[in-house]
Amino acid sequence: MSSSFLQHLVNGISLGSLYALVAIGYTMVYGILRLINFAHGDIFMMGTYFAFFGIMTFHLPWPLAFIVAIIATALLGMLIERAAYKPLRDAPKNSLLISAIGVSFLLENLAIYVFSGKPKAFPNIPLFADTLGVAGVKIQFISFFIPTVTLIFLAILLYVINHTKLGMAMRAVSKDYETAMVMGIDTNRIISITFVIGSTLAAVGAIMWGIRYTQIQPMMGVMPGLKCFVAAVVGGIGNIKGAVVGGFILGLGEVLLIAALPNMTGYRDAFAFILLILILLFRPTGILGEKITEKV
Amino acid sequence: MKKQDKILTVILLAALFIFLIIANLFLDAYIKRVLNLCAIYTILALSMNLINGFTGLFSLGHAGFMAIGAYCVGIFTLPISVRPANFYIEPMHPAIANVELPFFVALLLGGVLAAFFAFLIGAPVLRLRDDYLAIATLGFSEIIRIVLTNMQSITNGPLGIKNIPTTANMWWIYGVTLVTVIFLVLLISSSYGRAFKAIREDEIAAQAMGINLFRHKILSFMIGAFFAGIAGGLYASMLSTVDPKNFIFTLTYNFLLIIVLGGMGSVSGTIISAYIVTAGLEIMRFFDEPLSIFGVSIPLFRPGLRMVIFSICLMIIVLFFRNGLMGNKELNWDMLRGLFSKRSKRIKGGEAR
Repeated sequence: MSSSFLQHLVNGISLGSLYALVAIGYTMVYGILRLINFAHGDIFMMGTYFAFFGIMTFHLPWPLAFIVAIIATALLGMLIERAAYKPLRDAPKNSLLISAIGVSFLLENLAIYVFSGKPKAFPNIPLFADTLGVAGVKIQFISFFIPTVTLIFLAILLYVINHTKLGMAMRAVSKDYETAMVMGIDTNRIISITFVIGSTLAAVGAIMWGIRYTQIQPMMGVMPGLKCFVAAVVGGIGNIKGAVVGGFILGLGEVLLIAALPNMTGYRDAFAFILLILILLFRPTGILGEKITEKV
Repeated sequence: MKKQDKILTVILLAALFIFLIIANLFLDAYIKRVLNLCAIYTILALSMNLINGFTGLFSLGHAGFMAIGAYCVGIFTLPISVRPANFYIEPMHPAIANVELPFFVALLLGGVLAAFFAFLIGAPVLRLRDDYLAIATLGFSEIIRIVLTNMQSITNGPLGIKNIPTTANMWWIYGVTLVTVIFLVLLISSSYGRAFKAIREDEIAAQAMGINLFRHKILSFMIGAFFAGIAGGLYASMLSTVDPKNFIFTLTYNFLLIIVLGGMGSVSGTIISAYIVTAGLEIMRFFDEPLSIFGVSIPLFRPGLRMVIFSICLMIIVLFFRNGLMGNKELNWDMLRGLFSKRSKRIKGGEAR
């Protein structure tokens, strides 16, 4: 095993973990509302900017700035659901999709207008920039930190979904919205909570993305957003473990493919979509997905 | 069609013809360009409405299909003599370096290629889950842009192609637009169009009636892409340059706003709103300029404000005026007779619904 392979592997795992965190938000929203939340990638983008301004403008110590950014992003996610998706709950599905695109476009344009379109450098936090020598390869501390954080959040999330009353309500709403309502579940509250959880994870991913890749700009959420939806589909949409598996496949696949074929670097973003087409052809329900039958 | 309606339609077409002659002679270049852009956006929005509004699929790939058509015209109509000046970083690929096509052929080729790519994405996605079409097409349109930026020897990469002959004058553009409108109106009122609408209303019921879902969906998707490619070719020839940055996926959102404002599933609504939105976007350019009143500069006006207002408009329409101007009704002579004699720039549409 060459040392450069190890380097690529570590990079792939940390990219995969970031994809996984964002993909969970897509898969949860799709599970409950059957909506591709186009704004999710832009919520992710706002997360990095909140953290950026927390540190640079308000001079908060970084742990506090990160917590504030995560809370602000979660609130933003909830606000978007209330303002743009809730009024359209009985509308045709296409209206909801257009609304999601509208929100995404609005967030991008607001970011360009308010924060300016120029890329900004995410503040350098010394702790994460430290490098560790492993088997002769220098690896940034953040590369170990990202998968660890992802696994911790995944464990908490799976516990909440599978072992608490709230999780049961969420599963019920995603199985059958109307029956859940009849059974006395406050579906609007559950949907809000779903958006809060999804946005929180997106913010966590976004902050780590900022630390890892150091450059932030208003359109940074678009490609990761699209790819993470693909990751959710690859893993089996509606399935949280599937989103994580899909995220890792996508992150590792992307990094290793570029490592193996360096002259394809310009086409790295195409990998996710080729994977989407392949998965739709050969395993349309995704790797961990169950078969969904259409109800008449 | 009633006899009176036929006469009115002919008069309308004649009026359009006279308007074009006058416009060509007297209007300045900027206004002519905006009018041309309106017509090109009409083609794009109509073809997108065929997919999204009439068939109920959700495609966001129009910028990509448009780019295919634009590059086809750009590459193949560029005179061989100016090619070395354009492709100065890397010479043009020898397979196409000496191929020059007439404008019309290149335009058609662009449309056909766009339809072919639509088939490539549509076949796997539409056969299974068409709710993934939005993501697949959005991703595809970005990939097209990435590929165009990277294929230096064919597309001249990020430099784009300059000095494309401006064959597409007002007559070309309005002629193609008229053909598109007539074709789509006939298509929508044909048995295919009825099948598209049946699929939009209820897929399972449509299938039960014997409509082949996949075949109709892919047909609608490919025809839409074909016209997007044609419009892209006109666009390239009108601007005389193509640049991969022009075809960023947010361009598709312009067409989305047009069809949402005009009404998903209305030809006449789409045409009207294509003019409103395109002209509106041009007028709104002053939002991006710094503004000062009596020497006091208003800090809000700076680059980016226009697109913020644009996206807020999109949100307002989809949240509060979901049916847009026309819903899925059509403007026709009977309706106009009821109203005042409002001018409309279109031929009579197929029956609504």
